[in-house]
Order: sequence, then C-alpha cells, then structure tokens
Amino acid sequence: MSHLLKSILMYSISLLLFSNAIAEELEAKGYEIAKRSDHSDRGFSDSVVKLNMVLRNATGKESSRTLEIQTLEAPNDDVGDKSLVIFDSPRDINGTALLSYAKIIDPDDQWLYLPALKRVKRISSTNKSGPFVGSEFAFEDFTSTELNKYSYKWLREETCEEFTCDVVERYPLYENSGYTRQIAWIDQSVYQTRRLDFYDRKDSLLKTLDFKDYREYDDGIWRSHKLSMRNHQTEKSTDLIYSDYEFKTGLNDNDFNKGVLKRAR
Amino acid sequence: MDKLAKQIDQLAVTWSEWTIRYRWLTIIISLLIVGFIASHMRFLDFATNYRVFFSGDNPDLVAFEDFQKTYTKNDNFLFVIQAKDESAFDGELSEIAERITEEAWQIPYAIRVDSIPNFQYTWADGDDLTVEDLIKNGNQLPPEILQNKVDIALAEPLLKNFLISRDSSTTAINVVLQYPEKEIDEVPIAVKHARSIAAGIEQDYPDISLALTGLSMMNNSFAESGLKDMATLTPLMYLVLIIVTFLSLRSISATLATLVVIILSTLVAIGAGGIMKILLTPVSLTASTIVLTLAIADSIHILITMRDLMRSGTEKNKALVESIRINFLAITITSITTIVGFLALNFSDSPPFNHLGNMTAAGIAAAWALSLFLLPAIISLLPLRIKPSPTKTKKSLFLKLSDFVIKQPVKVLVVTGSFSLILSALAFTNTLNDVWTKYFDKSIQFRVDTDFALERIGAFYPIEFSINASEPGGISHPEYLNKLDEFAQWMRTQPNVEHVFSLTDIMKRLNKNMHGDDESYYRLPEDTELSAQYLLLYELSLPYGLDLNDRINIDKSATRITATMGDITTVETREFISNSSQWLEQNAPEYMWTSGTGATQMFSYIAKRNIESMLKGNVIAVSLIALILILTLRSFSLGILSIIPNAIPILVTFGIWALTVGMIGIAAATVTATSLGIVVDDTVHLLTKFLRGRREKGYSTADSIRYSLNTVGKAVTINTFILAVGFSILTMSSFKMNQELGALTAIAIVAALILDFLLLPALLLVLDKKSSKKNSTQGNIYVPSA
Repeated sequence: MSHLLKSILMYSISLLLFSNAIAEELEAKGYEIAKRSDHSDRGFSDSVVKLNMVLRNATGKESSRTLEIQTLEAPNDDVGDKSLVIFDSPRDINGTALLSYAKIIDPDDQWLYLPALKRVKRISSTNKSGPFVGSEFAFEDFTSTELNKYSYKWLREETCEEFTCDVVERYPLYENSGYTRQIAWIDQSVYQTRRLDFYDRKDSLLKTLDFKDYREYDDGIWRSHKLSMRNHQTEKSTDLIYSDYEFKTGLNDNDFNKGVLKRAR
Repeated sequence: MDKLAKQIDQLAVTWSEWTIRYRWLTIIISLLIVGFIASHMRFLDFATNYRVFFSGDNPDLVAFEDFQKTYTKNDNFLFVIQAKDESAFDGELSEIAERITEEAWQIPYAIRVDSIPNFQYTWADGDDLTVEDLIKNGNQLPPEILQNKVDIALAEPLLKNFLISRDSSTTAINVVLQYPEKEIDEVPIAVKHARSIAAGIEQDYPDISLALTGLSMMNNSFAESGLKDMATLTPLMYLVLIIVTFLSLRSISATLATLVVIILSTLVAIGAGGIMKILLTPVSLTASTIVLTLAIADSIHILITMRDLMRSGTEKNKALVESIRINFLAITITSITTIVGFLALNFSDSPPFNHLGNMTAAGIAAAWALSLFLLPAIISLLPLRIKPSPTKTKKSLFLKLSDFVIKQPVKVLVVTGSFSLILSALAFTNTLNDVWTKYFDKSIQFRVDTDFALERIGAFYPIEFSINASEPGGISHPEYLNKLDEFAQWMRTQPNVEHVFSLTDIMKRLNKNMHGDDESYYRLPEDTELSAQYLLLYELSLPYGLDLNDRINIDKSATRITATMGDITTVETREFISNSSQWLEQNAPEYMWTSGTGATQMFSYIAKRNIESMLKGNVIAVSLIALILILTLRSFSLGILSIIPNAIPILVTFGIWALTVGMIGIAAATVTATSLGIVVDDTVHLLTKFLRGRREKGYSTADSIRYSLNTVGKAVTINTFILAVGFSILTMSSFKMNQELGALTAIAIVAALILDFLLLPALLLVLDKKSSKKNSTQGNIYVPSA
C-alpha cells in the first residue's frame, strides 16, 4: 500500500471516529437534558387532577369531555407511572374508568371498567399511538413521559417565547409507535417542555403540542394547565385544560389495582 | 348597396392595402402581440383534482366539502393484487399485502392505510379483550391458521368485497390521503411514490397481477390524458389540415401562410388560458384542436377567392385586396357568431368548459385578426403564381341540387321536415351517463386498472351518507343504531351495492366480544350507555391511523355510512341515491334524513346541473346569434327563419345519438351553444348570397336559390368537410367528454349542411308561394329592417 493511500485511509478512519464521537456527545447531551427535565418533578409522589378536553374539528365545531386523572409516581426510571382515568362526562360514559400501568418498552397494561356492563375488561393491545377518545392526543402523549421510552439527540439551543430552550430530538424505542421522532423544546430555567412536534411514520410533521400556563407547586413541581394539540394534516385540534391539581394526597399501590375500578366513581 | 356596407368595404380595402405596403411591420407587430399573449402559457398547470369539474357553488360539491370537513377527505389510492392463477389467498399474497401496507405509510400525505393484514381484529377470552392486526407474517403461518384468518376476513362485513374478493384470490389495500392543497404537484408526487411501491412489488413478484387505482390516480390521469391527446391528436390534426388546405388551394405558399395563421391562433388560445390562470384539463386543451379547425376557414375563404380572381387575370396583390373586401363582412360575422357560441360556455357549471369557451373564443378572434392582417402580408411576400384560366361553365352539382328542390319544394319540406321532427323528438330519450372512471379510455392505465379492480374486487364507487342522530352523543341511542342498521341492511339488498360500511357492524362485534365472544350477542347493544362505553373501549385500543375519527363526528351526533357500488351506470346511481333518501324519509325519524354525497354522486348529477346552467346560456346565445343574423341580412323574418335550419340540426344530432349510442355525458349540455355558433356560418353564407340575388340582381326566389347555391355551395361544403373532419379527430381523444363533444359537433355540422341545402331553400320557396297568394302584387315576403 502506498503511503498516500495509507494516510488517506488513516485520515478517513479518524474522521469517522471523530464524527462518531460528536454524535455520541450530542446523544449524551440530549439524554442529560431530558433526564434533568424528567427528574425535575421527582418526588411529586402522587397527583389528582381534573381535566376538560375540548375537541375541535376542521369546521371549528367543538365537543368536550371531562375526566379525572389520578397518578402514582414510579419509584425509578425503569418502570412507568400508574394512572387511573375516571370519565365524568359525557353522561353516557360517566363512571367508566381506565387503569393503566405504563411500561417502558412493552405495551401498557390496561383495564377498563364499563359501568353499563358492570364488568372490568382487560385490554390487550399493542397500540399506543391511537387517538384518545376521539381527540388529537394519544394516551401516551399526555400521560406518562417516561425517560427511557426514547433515545435522544440534542439539536440546538434557541429562544422559545420568554425562555432559552434546548431543542432535543427523541426517537421512540417502542416498535409499534405511530411516530418516527419527536422534537421537544425544553426551557433552561425550570426544565419544562414548552413545545413538542410529532413526526408521523413517513417523517412528516403531524402534530404540534404547546404547553401553556405552567404553575409551580411545592418543591419545584411544575405543571402545565393548558395543553394545545394541533394536527397539521387534518386541521383538527384538542385542548386539555387542567384544574384543581392536588399532590401527595396519600394514594398508594392499593388505589391502583383493578379492584378499585368499580368504585372509582 | 347602402352606405354602411360601402364604408365597411372601404375600411377593408384601406386596411389590406396598408398591411401589404407595411408587410414587415405587420408581421413584426403580429408576432410581438402573439408572442406576448403566448408567453403566458408559463402560468398553465394541469388540474390534479377532479373537483375542477365543479364550480364553487355547485350544491353537490358544497355538500361534499362539508361532509369532508366533518369526517376526513376521501382522496385515495387503491392497490389491488391478485394471486397467481387466481388461486386463493395464500402466504405470498399475505406477504405482499403486508409489504404494501407497510410501505404505503410512506406515501406523502397518506393518513390512513387499510388492508386485510392490518384490520383491527377484536376477540375475547373471558374478560380479556384483544385488539390486534388480523394477519402478521402470514407467509410464516401454518396454512390452516392463515385459512382461518382469511375466513374471518370473508365473514367480516367491513372487508368482504371491499378489501378481499369473494373467492379470496384478490385483495386490496386502501390508502387515504389528506392533501394540504397548497402546491399543484402534490398529487403527482404522491402518485410517483405509489407507483414506485407498485413497481417494486411487480419486480419481486412477477407472477401476481397488480393494479393501482383510486381517486388520486384519476386526478393524476387528467394530465396524462391531456398530454397523450396533445401528442396524438395535434399532429394528426395538422397533417389533415395541411392536406386539406393544399388540396383546396393547390399552392405550397398559400398552405404555408395558412399554417402560420392557425398555429399563431392556437398559441393565442392557449396563452389566453395562461392569462386567465386556468388549470388545464383534457377538455380545455381541446381548445387548441378546435381553434385549428375553425381558424383555417377564414384563411381558406380569403385564399380561394383570391385564387379565383387571379385565374380571371387579376394581379396578385390586387386580387388579395379585392378578396379581403369581398370576404371581410362574412368572415367577421361568422367569427362573431362562433365566438358568441363559445362564450356561452361561461354559463356552464363546469369550469373546464368555461375555460374551453374562453380559450376558443380568444383563438377565433386571433384567427379573424390574423387572416385579415397577417395573412395578406405573408402572401404578398411569398411567391404565388396562378395562371389565368377561363372558369368552367359545366352545370354544377349545386345547380342540379337547387333544381331538385325548386321542382318539388313541398315534398322536400315534408320529407326533410318530418325526418327532422322524428329525430328531434328522439333527442330527449338520451339517458345522462357520467361514470367518472369511464371518462378515460383504455389507452390510459388508470382505466385499465380500475376495470381490473371492478371486475376482481367488486366494490369501487362509494356513495357517502352522513346520518345525524338526535343530539350530541346520540349515535349510541338504540333507536338510532337500530334504524342505522336497518338502513345498512336495506342498502345491502339493493342492486349493484357491493359493500356497506356501517358503525353498527362494529357495535355488534364488540357486543359479542364483551360477552366472551358468544355468537348470540352478535347484535346491537340495548342501551345508550353500553354502546357509548363500547365505543370508548374500542377507541382506546385502536392504533394510530386506524381510528374512527373518519367515521364518527366530533360530538358523536352523526356517523358516516358508505355504500360502495360495483360496475354501475349513472342512471342506476341516481336511482339508488334517490331510493336511499326515500327509504330514510319513509322509515327513519326526520333528523336522520339525508342525501348521498361524494365524487360518484357529484358526477352522477354533473350533466343535469350543466344542462340547467347552460339553459340560460343557450337562450342568450340563440338570441344574440338571431340578432346578428337579422342585422346582417337586414331582414327580421329571414333572421328568425334562419334559426330553424340551425337549431333543428342540433336536435337531430341528439336524435341520431339516441338511436346509435343512447347514453350521453356532460358534453350534451355544452354542445348546443358551440355547434350553433359554428353551423350558423353556412346559413350566413347562403342567405347573404340569396339576398344579393333578390335585392341586387332582382332574381326570383327560385333563381336566387340557384345563384346562392351555385356561388357558395362549394365553399360551404369544403368548409363543412374541414370542420367535420376536425371535430371527428376529437373523437379519438382519450377523454370521453372530448369524444362526445367531437362526435356531436361533427354530426351537427353535417346535419346542418344537409338541411341548409334542402330544408332551407324548400322553406324559402314554400313561404314565398304562400305569401304570393295573399299578396299577388309583390313576391317579396321579407320585411326589410333598414
């Protein structure tokens, strides 16, 4: 092998290693930022909140649903939160309750109580990204955002409204996800997600979620009280309006098993 | 001759002398103006949406747009694959269907993909409900398990005859797209991707048959059809016109000059389309072919007269000026009537016909100006030698013809009149038929693929119904669901209905699942809460892109039910739509009453809507043309009378059509005004000469007829021949609207000529006799208007 060829080869290899190193660095930075954001609400232990969902179609016609969500914080990053969703209105689904154990990589465990049938049904489905009660939100979009559901890459830093944000791209590790990637804008002051872009399977922009009206509860627990999702492809949108947040209400594992579903109302 | 006519003659002479003197300037000015107009062609793009055929206020379109805003858009691709040797659904077919399902998600603007493999199959095991893809890795499943899944698909009302054929040898993948409708090339981009998927499959599985159709393919085919027509019809048209021109003029120079005039006129027509920023369709593109045909007449009239003058010894430039003087008025009048006819197309509810009318009108105006302005300038430059020769005095065919009529006017009138009346009466027996896939002939791949899908799968033409419930959430009420199910069942018994998509089938299946898959629960839930909660459960478990948002409106106060029809005529479609509305009115509460919508519905009514909208246009066109004739002939009664030999041929044409074809599309609405504008030209020529005979030469009615037929009979016949050939060429278009427009106009033109030669003189003679009896002193029945 000639010297020239050798040096070219060496150069290429080092360049490859170097660019690899850069990529790894960006991934690590992305992960750190996501982790800092995820951990910022560590220790909320449990929460109860009322939720009003306002659905809007392309003609501007509206419809709303109200529900209550109880959440139990997961002890660590390897398991997901447990949640109980109790529907209040429309009247015909009043008392219907959904118990969900979020998993990191596997399909969530879900049980639904149907008061009209007076039975609890376990739902076995690999589908996580379908619309939740006809809204533009998938269940996973507004419930648990578990850190290890994604791999990350830091993209850039830019201003987002009054903040300076880190822009982090994340890739779902769940194989049946409806998204190829998401881009999150996370502020550098209190580490909350301000905006989230969802890209569909063909990698075109599907939805944008804006997090508005953040309020701080004790110990630096921040919660957005208005989540607005816009579907760019169908021009439909959904607002989630949260109220009456309560934390550390003393809920425990016993309040999140399928036995409680029937008396959730 | 009166003053006005003299002034016009003087103007024509001054004009033509000027253009010959400053011929280079004339040529440059002409080219600059034409070039400027033609440069606007760059603004032209092909329409990529069938909605271009409907005006913004078309009530059917408005209803459908509303429907689509409530649910989702309906644009789709349909991949149809058939196992080799038409054998049953096997592992390989499953593998292909799974691959297309997967790859179709990558098609730009795709928002939903439905197939047999990704059908969300629900089943129960006690209180566990499983929701999963019906088939995953079907090629690795044991045959009996795969067969089991195929049986499930065949038993599923949502799938059979829609995504899988009865014999399971054919399966389809339906891709729904939501175009942003911001860029013109969205559809071609999506089509390119869909085709590359299809090509990949065909390469890897050469034994299977694959077809790619759907609304998006049709939307893409307008350009394909239009470009194909441009590539085949236009050269043919030029060839025919060059031959005809050369045969009638016997001069290369004259042919060349004519060619320049018609090419430039066509450029103006298309450039005018660019100025109006229209979206091209195969229909508007025929403007170029039509202008070619119509533009040639002006030049030929001028050049034939000039040749005759030169034969009798006149010098070239003098003959040219004299020819323009003689023809100026006739060319102007015939151009105006034709322009009026085409401009009347603006009353059509279908924008492509507005475009066709305006582009053609611009082209005819250009042909008029160019033959009077540019043509003399070019001819004066080119070598053109014609030896003086004595004109033949042989008794012409046209003299024989006029003698034939003069001998027995009553007989001729009765025979032609009754023939015309019988055919006219038949005109209204045509049935209106616009099957949108059949607008394209079999030279267009979309048509071939659609025929394959129709034949193999069955269901193809969807008719959509949005059925309201009494209140928000009302779709869960048992009385609503029961009635909806009854409606769906009724639709399934209707002829040609291959598939019905109804929410009630999902509800029945869920009810069964919720009772441990007990078959006896395959029925609708009996209370509102139960249905609502089933729906909630189902919605929670559906994956991305396969939700019910396209089936249920946002506040659950309406659902969409789709009946998909097989190979069907428009008459049958209209019957089904009206029967459906009637069924609802007779059997369902008032809030559930509705009418069918969608592309198939829209095209089913397009001819009727256009006939209604063109009615006013036709009345205005007829009145204007009559007025022009009255002024030209300076005779009120003759002007009105001349409408008869012009209106009757159009009715006769529809009568002939009823006898031979019987089915007629949207072209029926538009052909009346345009062909009236064209066929009236012959009458103008004949009656002008007839009147010259009576007024200037003092001939009797019979002699005036002889004079008229003898002088212009030949020119009128040649002209008719050119027009008939030109419009016949349109029947070779790959687009049905053009075929019908061409055929109908060609028939009308020939019918008009026959009636002009027989009925018109007979009518003149008979009316003359009648008035002679009343008015023994003078034979003149005409009231001079000026």
